[in-house]
Amino acid sequence: MNMNWSRKWINPVLDKEFRLRMRSPKSMLSVLLYVLALGAVAMAFIYMFLYLGRGGQQRFDPSMSRTMFYVLSFAQLVLIAFMAPALTAGVISSEREKQTLSMLLTTQQSSATIVLSKLVSSLSFMTLIVLATLPVYSIVFLYGGISPKQLVSVFLFYLFVMLLLGSLGILFSTLFKRTIVAIIVTYGVGLIIFLVTGLLFLFFMGIVQRNYMMSGATTPPVNSWVGYILGLNPGGALISIFEPTFSKEVFSLMSGGSTINSKAPIQLWLEFVLVYSVVIVIALWIAIRRIRPVKRGRLGRQKTKKPVETLGE
Amino acid sequence: MIEIRNLSKKYGTFEALKNISLDIEKGTVFGFVGPNGAGKSTTMSILATLALPTSGTAKVGGYEVTDYPKEVRKRIGYMPDFFGVYDQLKATEYLHFYGASYGIPRPDREKLIPQLLDLVNLSNKADSYVDSLSRGMKQRLCLARCLVHDPDVLILDEPASGLDPRARIEMREILKELKLMGKTIIISSHILPELAEMVDEIGVIEHGEMIAQGKVADIQNRLRVKKVIHIRTLDQENSLAEKLRDEPFVSSVLSDNTGVHVHYSGDDAQQSELLRQVISWGIPVVSFQEAQSNLEDVFLEITKGGPSA
Ligand SMILES: Nc1ncnc2c1ncn2[C@@H]1O[C@H](COP(=O)(O)OP(=O)(O)O)[C@@H](O)[C@H]1O
Ligand SMILES: [Mg+2]
Repeated sequence: MNMNWSRKWINPVLDKEFRLRMRSPKSMLSVLLYVLALGAVAMAFIYMFLYLGRGGQQRFDPSMSRTMFYVLSFAQLVLIAFMAPALTAGVISSEREKQTLSMLLTTQQSSATIVLSKLVSSLSFMTLIVLATLPVYSIVFLYGGISPKQLVSVFLFYLFVMLLLGSLGILFSTLFKRTIVAIIVTYGVGLIIFLVTGLLFLFFMGIVQRNYMMSGATTPPVNSWVGYILGLNPGGALISIFEPTFSKEVFSLMSGGSTINSKAPIQLWLEFVLVYSVVIVIALWIAIRRIRPVKRGRLGRQKTKKPVETLGE
Repeated sequence: MIEIRNLSKKYGTFEALKNISLDIEKGTVFGFVGPNGAGKSTTMSILATLALPTSGTAKVGGYEVTDYPKEVRKRIGYMPDFFGVYDQLKATEYLHFYGASYGIPRPDREKLIPQLLDLVNLSNKADSYVDSLSRGMKQRLCLARCLVHDPDVLILDEPASGLDPRARIEMREILKELKLMGKTIIISSHILPELAEMVDEIGVIEHGEMIAQGKVADIQNRLRVKKVIHIRTLDQENSLAEKLRDEPFVSSVLSDNTGVHVHYSGDDAQQSELLRQVISWGIPVVSFQEAQSNLEDVFLEITKGGPSA
């Protein structure tokens, strides 16, 4: 039973990827560095609030614990943004550089198997790394302030962000001959997703809000389209997971300090997941199509006949 | 087994292959020779489904490479001219990986892999990491890898390049064994002698064109006999050209301001007779000199041999 299960799910490419990854000393080092980086953030937070807070007023209570969780969650998001492109943008191009790709492509493995196995293998490794940071969260668990559901949601969200950056990384790794180019382009797109969307939101929100105030704000407060921009930003989406009312505030324009009571047209994290699911599917589809040479101009050209198989060959 | 018809490949405007046609029968060992950059690897990677032709067709076992790539991949074992290995795998794991990638069940692989390692004389390296092997050993391991799915056709791109003489001989012995197993083998080299004694047929390619093709001995003769004779006279080029056209062994005559170029297929005795003839016509000959034809250039280049890469 067990054998059949593993034979079905662990294809040769995946098996090889796991083996090579686990044998590389670089892998263990990156886990260590990653956990240390997040640990440093946690230490810095505790230090700032317990020692710099004057007069012993600052006690570590559930609300402090929640703040710490938010800080850690954002730090983790940033770490993922740095890690994912580096781990995925080389998976195809490095085989090309090491001259093993052509031999892999002449085997019976389908393009989809090759691309998806490489994605799954790097996602598994990143998940391992992120799970390895759980001890850093222990102080948060100790003091409470967050629900297990929130914790799980945040980790699922990370998985999605890794899937997004991973799919883009593999796409560029397929399109560009050189790993270094693929990595740079993936970081570039990551920068657009993480930073540019946020800046665009602030920019347009400023304009729209000003126009609304200038118009005298006689009309009742309305929802604005500008909120959708923040739904494209992982940071915005992450806050909307912490604070369910956040999406509503993002979409509404302020009039004299009060916001409207109507609901948000969509939760930011939901918009994020929907939009980027499409991006992921398209990225993987192109990668799968482009890993082997693409046949063009099939129009006007008849497929040649299959030979008649002779028996007893 | 292999059937190539009017195959062309362009990289941008550069024509790497120009209208190549080629037939290789089952069980034949075919040597593909030509200087570097001639288009050998390009042809082979089209056969291996790794590149698409710009026009023309190529069939392996009756299956057209762009229409039925999966069927073709089942039937070929391909060894690229430059290849890498997964360093952190052991030799057996390396073969297991490719075996599994061809869908061979593990119990079959357990039996097959020791046999393959034995065939390429690597049994004692079964548990060594691949990066600890020498270049010749890696080359042989890669050859074993080509054989895991028992393909009918082997496409070996310069398998002997960069090997020391001893490793070269070992490689040759293995190829002989494969020939006995009835494999159709297409093997390339930029050095003719390296191939001459182990292949049945050769094809000579230069600048993307197939310039000669057939049994080894025939080609060697043809390559030798065709030559160009360059004759310079005191301003009598035109009348000489007229007269030469009717001489035996002259296939064509060109004259320009540098002299007369005669494409000639006679041997040395006939050639000296030709010179006597020209002088007997009373034409003031300044020089009578054998020039190298294109084919001869190629021949010289591919017969040079030596360890140059
Ligand atoms: N991917 C490519 N892009 C552009 N030119 C190429 C490419 N691959 C090969 N060529 C050119 O095509 C010609 C034939 O190359 P190749 O088939 O590798 O020759 P050979 O194997 O006989 O040495 C060479 O001039 C080479 O520069
Ligand atoms: Mg070559």
